[in-house]
Formats: sequence, structure tokens, C-alpha cells
Amino acid sequence: MAITSIKNLKEFSTNNDRFEGAHLLCPGCAHSMIVRELMNCTDDNLVIASNTGCLEVSTAVYPYTSWDTSWIHIGFENAATAVTGAEAMYKARKKKGTLKDPDAPVKFVAFGGDGSTYDIGFQWLSGAVERGHDFTYVCLDNENYANTGGQRSSATPIGAHTSTAQAGSASYGKKQKKKDLVAIMAAHGAPYVAQLAPNKWKSMAKGFQKALETEGPCFINTVSACTTEWKFDPKDTIHLTDLATDSLMFPVYEIIDGHELNILYRPKNVIKVEDYLGAQGRYRHLFKPENKHVIERIQKDIDENWAMLQRREEARI
Amino acid sequence: MAKEFELNEVEVWDGNYAASQALRQAQIDVVAAYPITPSTPIVEGYGAYVANGYVDGEFVMVESEHAAMSGCVGAAAAGGRVATATSSQGFALMSEVLYQASGMRLPIVLTVVNRALASPLNVRGDHSDMYMGRDSGWIQIDAFDAQEAYDLPLCAFRIGENHAVRLPVMVHQDGFTTSHKAQNVYPLKDAIAYKFVGDFVPVDEMLDFTRPVTHGAQTEEDWHYEHKAKQHKALMDSPAVIDEVFADFKELTGREYKRVESYMMEDAEVALVLLGSSVHTAVLAAKQLREEEGIKVGVVAPRCFRPFPYDLIRDALDKPSLKAVCCMDKSSPGGAMGALFNEVSAAAYSTNARPMMTNYIYGLGGRDFSVDEAKRIMKEQKAHADAGHITTNIQQFSGLRGPKLGFYEIRRS
Repeated sequence: MAITSIKNLKEFSTNNDRFEGAHLLCPGCAHSMIVRELMNCTDDNLVIASNTGCLEVSTAVYPYTSWDTSWIHIGFENAATAVTGAEAMYKARKKKGTLKDPDAPVKFVAFGGDGSTYDIGFQWLSGAVERGHDFTYVCLDNENYANTGGQRSSATPIGAHTSTAQAGSASYGKKQKKKDLVAIMAAHGAPYVAQLAPNKWKSMAKGFQKALETEGPCFINTVSACTTEWKFDPKDTIHLTDLATDSLMFPVYEIIDGHELNILYRPKNVIKVEDYLGAQGRYRHLFKPENKHVIERIQKDIDENWAMLQRREEARI
Repeated sequence: MAKEFELNEVEVWDGNYAASQALRQAQIDVVAAYPITPSTPIVEGYGAYVANGYVDGEFVMVESEHAAMSGCVGAAAAGGRVATATSSQGFALMSEVLYQASGMRLPIVLTVVNRALASPLNVRGDHSDMYMGRDSGWIQIDAFDAQEAYDLPLCAFRIGENHAVRLPVMVHQDGFTTSHKAQNVYPLKDAIAYKFVGDFVPVDEMLDFTRPVTHGAQTEEDWHYEHKAKQHKALMDSPAVIDEVFADFKELTGREYKRVESYMMEDAEVALVLLGSSVHTAVLAAKQLREEEGIKVGVVAPRCFRPFPYDLIRDALDKPSLKAVCCMDKSSPGGAMGALFNEVSAAAYSTNARPMMTNYIYGLGGRDFSVDEAKRIMKEQKAHADAGHITTNIQQFSGLRGPKLGFYEIRRS
């Protein structure tokens, strides 16, 4: 890794810039921060695949591209398979000696939103990880189908309003809990799995570097605050993400070899989840008296999850 | 370095094994595959070559056919030779990615062992999957027997990978009747076969980091139309390369392939047009009828299903002697005339003689198509010719149990 220091954010943010600022993502969207951070944390060549979604439609509209590296998009569900097909081709051509520069270091990375990762592309991700390809999959988890206007996904938390799980006089929004995809990917036996957040940019960069350096399939879930569908001011993306990590709604941790869990961020002052929920329009209805039980349920789930993560970290199993 | 596979001058192979040997000889870089009846032995055969050192490339066993074609697209964009095999439901599952592969102009070879589409579930051969692919933007070449199932994939790599073409190619063979029927096959030696196929020369590859490429961009109403028109033009221009490759193959092997195969059409009064292994049945029936009853029957078989050889079909049917033509579709037409009927009729409309055109649906789900049935249909065409008009429904079903099924009658004033 040619980059020696990720302590200086200004230096880091301009290192090895291969993601053009000219793209069509919403102002305040965290996707571009996360993508840029991954691409800046390595000097190796990158082959990147994107599932259909906000990132893809905003960065490769012919005749323009925001990608100053090899990039491919096929469909909604198959970026993991596209990039592992490319990885297989790399291995074959390296063996046969047909690569133009056989010594050039290269990393294979797939990006998907939570729609394509938790839901429609889950099978493709699972298959690619089971096969053991050397690649890193990064989920840009904004907890809804934002590209199509904000429908529920299995990453949408309980109680959130989306256009297909609406809050109304007879509903408090989504009724089901968020799928624990990080645990599922760890259960695949992937050598490195993590949940990272762009406000904790140092741990995020380190996590990305670990994933890229680890041989084999790695999975990283990143919280990507969605100004448009979560409904908060675009200037508050990182503040909102602070609330997500400090309320432990979105704990930051890694799981090595499927079992060794390390918590990467321990808030000094854990805030109540109301502070996080109250900062977003999608949870506004939860503050009505009849929905108070939902906030209590969310807080209880958070407390239990945090206790479980700490127990797992201590147990080293 | 991959080991050479010792081959006899003549081998007894079925269509599946023949296809797997052709794939091995092409020294593919990546095969991403998922097994499905009746094409499974192609994948298994290839797996055996991998396990025993006959292949240097990567063999990626994915979790579905959609992933198989997705992996092929990713691999092809990374600049190497790519192929896979499938049938029926697997073909249907990968159909989304078939369009993406052709739109991205990636030369993948897909061996399709034709099988019926459910429901009802059926593993036997018909052309439902082949027809499903007809608007997908792939070149589709049809093998009628095991020898052709060996020869045509070798040609397919040369065609699809030609830089003037840059399109994916399907090579079809009929499920069971070709894929599981052993016959004498004359293979090439490994070195000769590979020399014919040639080295893969990448275009816009993702592994050339001096020149970053974006594959699979989005276009809306501003550019989508131009991309699709260009893709269509590439398909419509591909016959020049297909003919050239077939000519080279003839020079190498003595085996001649044409985009439209015609049998006994010089003086034919009636003709059958059909695809796949049934072509041999029809040719045998035509020969017998000529000998037994003196009926001048011919057979026309599109070898190249896409791009559809409109001009060559027209030429094949543009005979003053020709009075009646029956197009036989081995796919459920789903509320229309058969696709082959429609396309052949369109070509026949621009002939001088404009023969009478009828349509038979046959062989669905592997229902047998016998020489006797072919003869009966040929004699029926002769009856149309003698009467000067179509004497039956225009669309009929061959070999169907229960009452006769037919649709549309000729208008007579």
C-alpha cells in the first residue's frame, strides 16, 4: 500500500483520485464519500463492478463516466458475479501469460446498494463469496430503494416510512426488523467482514485496506445516509451518521474468519435513539403517542444487539 | 500448459461430448457454468478436462444460469475467451443477461442444447428456448447432428471474436436427439483445431490499466436508439464473416456449411422448411418420396437462425417449379403463427412465384417426428399444389393426440 498515512484527511481525500467529482448523486449523498474513500486507500489498480442503483445511474451515463479505472455494470443483481468473472479471467490470463502488464497489482471490488445486496442480488453475492474469489464487496446501505424513489428493502429498519411500507393512520411504517446481513456474510466463512461508517473515516479506510489486502472474499456493509429518502438537510450527512453510530443504531465492527469480532468504535456517550430518529423525516410519525411503543422496541433491539456484540467480542468465538 | 488430448481420426461421440471437446480445443480462458438437463454432460465433460490437466483456463461453477452468464460477461469484459452451455429453464433464467452480453458487444459462445420450456415441466427437446433467444441480439447457429455440434462451436469463436463482429454466438443442438445420440464424429487434432480458432485478441479489456474502460453505461432516449441500431447493423453485417469462416472450415476439413442449407430444391414442386435434427428426417423422407412416388420434394433449413438469412431463404424459394411450402415450428407459438412461418413467408413474399405457405407446429416437448409423418406432410403439400390452393387449415399441429387442431383457412373468391 503506497499510501503511508491516513491520518491527514485533506491529504487522504486527494490521494490517488480515481473517482471524478462530476457525477449525478444527490448533494449530501454519502455514496460518493464511501466510494472515494475506498478508491483512495489503495494505489493498486482497481476493477470495479456496480449493481444497478443510485451509484451506477449517477456515474456512467453515456457518453460520460466518473470512473477513472476499469468499471463494469451489467444488471441489478449481479455485480458480485461480474467482478468475480473478471477475477477468474485475471487468474487465467496470468497463468497463460496474456496480460499486458502481468506484474501490475490489481484488486477486484463490487459496489451495491442495500436493494441489490440484501434483496435482489443476495444469491449472487452468496454464491461469489462461497466460491472464494479474491474480491471485496461493499454494500452502500441507505436502507431503502432510493434509486426508484424510496421503497422498502430488507435493510429498512422497523418503523421507517417508505413508499411501499407507509406510515399512516393505520400503520407505523415498516413492520419487520432489518436483516442482519453482516452476520449472514460472516456465517459464509468470509475471512473479513465489517460494518463501517464514513463519519469514522479512519476506521473505514483501515477496514477497506484490510479487506483489499485479505486474500479471499470480503464483505463490508457501510451506512450511507440518504438525504432524499431519510429526509434531512444535505449539509447534515456526517452529523446524521454521527447520530447513527453514537446511538448504536449502526455499530461499527469487524468479524475476522467468521468468528473473531472486534468493535471498532465505542461511543464515549451513547445517545438515545430518539435523537437519531428525530433528526429524520422518515421516522417523524414515531413520535406520535400511539407509536411510542415502536421507539421503545427499537431502543430495546439496539441495547440487546450492542450487548450481544460486546459478549461476542469478549468471548472471542 | 494444457495436455494434448489423444483423439482418433473418427470417434463415436454424442452431441454433448462433441461440443465439450470443441470447447476444450478452443482453450477457453473462463467457463462459468451451471448444469441443466440435457446440456449437463457438456459442463461435466469440461470439468473432467479441467480435473485432468487438459485445460489451462478457469472453470467457475456458479449458483445459477443467471450467474453463469453474468460471470461470462464480467470475464469477457476482462479480455479473454469465454463460453458456457445451457438449456431451457436455464436459458430462460439467463435471458436478462443475454441481452446485456450482446448490447455490451462481448463475444461469448453459448452452447444451447434445445429443450422445451415449462409449464408443464419437460426435459425433452424442442425449440422453445432457441426461439426465446431470437431477439436477444446474439448470432444463432444451428447444428443438426453431433458432427456439427463439434464443428460449429469452433466456427462460432472465430465469428464472434472477429473484430468486425464482436457479438456473442449461440450454437444450438437438439436435446436428446442430438445431444445424447452417439454417431461417428471426425475431430481435428488439438493443435489444428486451436490454430483454426486462433488466439483471442482483446478489445477494450478491463485488465489493461493504461486505458481505463467503462462497460455497461446507461443511455436514455438520447443515445439508446443509436446503440441498438449499431448493434443490429453489426448482426446484419456478420454474414460476410460467417461465410468467410465457413469457407475456411471447408478448406480445412472438407465439411461445408452454409447459412441456409438446401436439399433437392433445384426442381422442387413442394418444400419443407425446418430446423435442427428434424432436417435429416425431412431429407430422408423427401428422398424416399421422390423414389417411391415421384413427388418432387425439397427441404430448406436455416443453419443461421440469427441473423435471419432473409435473402438466402428468398433465393432458395425463388423457383418457378415451387408451388407449396410448409414451415415447421418446433415451439409453441403462443397465439400466433409459428415464428419460422412468419419469417420464411416474409421472404417468400418477395419471390416471383410466391408459393402457397402453410405452417405445422410439431415435436413439442420431444414428441417424435417420424419419416412417415414428414412424408404425409409433404404429400399434403403436393395436394395443395395439385388443387392450386391450400386444402387444409393454414396452421396445423402434427402428431397431436385427440381431435385435429388447425387454424385459419385460405380465402377463396
